[in-house]
Formats: sequence, structure tokens, C-alpha cells
Amino acid sequence: MQLAKVIGTVVATQKSKRLDGLKLLVICPMKPDGSLSNNYLVAADAVGAGTGEVVLYASGSSARQTEATQDRPSDSTIIAIVDTVEVGGEVVYEKATAEAINS
Amino acid sequence: MKFGQVIGTVVSTHKTPGLDGVKFLIVQPLDENRQPNGEPYIAADSTRQAGPGELVFIVASREAALSLEDSFAPVDAAIVGIIDDVHAPLLSNGAGK
Repeated sequence: MQLAKVIGTVVATQKSKRLDGLKLLVICPMKPDGSLSNNYLVAADAVGAGTGEVVLYASGSSARQTEATQDRPSDSTIIAIVDTVEVGGEVVYEKATAEAINS
Repeated sequence: MKFGQVIGTVVSTHKTPGLDGVKFLIVQPLDENRQPNGEPYIAADSTRQAGPGELVFIVASREAALSLEDSFAPVDAAIVGIIDDVHAPLLSNGAGK
């Protein structure tokens, strides 16, 4: 899995029938140090994540192993909303702090 | 399976049902000289006992979920073992030391 930041939503009316009812989000992969990569991807949302949140996403066939995405054509699925990231004993991301700064 | 070192943790309370009770750790993949080899990623800890600094081995892709109690889980990397020692005398570059 990788960390990512949700940066937007995707709306599509014409799509594969198997994608009906699935929420699609634009995410930007994030390194554990908190820096964002310069590529973006569309991921199915299995947890109800929102823009600005840091999430964990699974790739490949594992992305289909949720109730929301079972038997659906998704190769990236958001599986968790991240509260805290700690690297080398230091907290590099904390959801409560990030929300306080943004509000 | 790949060789790596646990460098951190990710805590999440809001996750898909198959992941209840699953611990997530940040793993840095290592080469045969125990030097960083590629970008770190997040792995589920199926040993339940791995911690920061430990050497572990990781199974990737869909097979990773098979190491968990509930194998219908959206997990694409899992720690399946904590390494006590590596013995590879034919590896001339020192990883066996």
C-alpha cells in the first residue's frame, strides 16, 4: 500500500456498468516523509474519504478485495483514512494537527 | 518475498471492515547489502509482532491478504516474517555476515 493525499473528485456519467455507485477520487501519492509525488491517479473510495485527507490505498488485484469494489474494475482503492504517520520515532503527519492548520 | 526494514508506523481508525485489528507498518526495501533499495511502502503486519528497526520479509500483491485472518482484505503487501539471522556464505558481498 501507499500513502496518498486526496486532491479532488471525478464525476463520470458514461462509464462501465460495473462502476455504478462507486465514488472516484483523484489522489496524489505521498512519501512517508510527507512530500507529495508529481503524479496523480484515480482511485475508488471504499471508506468515504474527503478532499485534503491523507489515505492509504491498495493497488492491483488487492484493490478488488473490499465490499465496495468486489468484482468491479478497480486497480486502486482507498482502504483507510490515516490518523498518524510516524517514521523513525518522529510523527511526520497527524490528522488532528493538519485539520487545525487548514481550518 | 522481499527483504526490508520497518522504519515507521501508520495509524488509522477508519478503514474497510476486513482490516479491523490489522497493524500497518512502513517498510523500506533493502538490497543484499542491507542498503535502501527503492521507495518505502506500507505493509500489513501479519506477524503482529514486528516493530521499528526490525528486519522482515514481505509478500506482495494479492497473496499478501492470504497471510491475514480475514483473507478478503484489500492488502497488497504484508510482513510475513521477522528475520533473526541471514546465513548466505556464498553471497560474497557481505549480506551473509
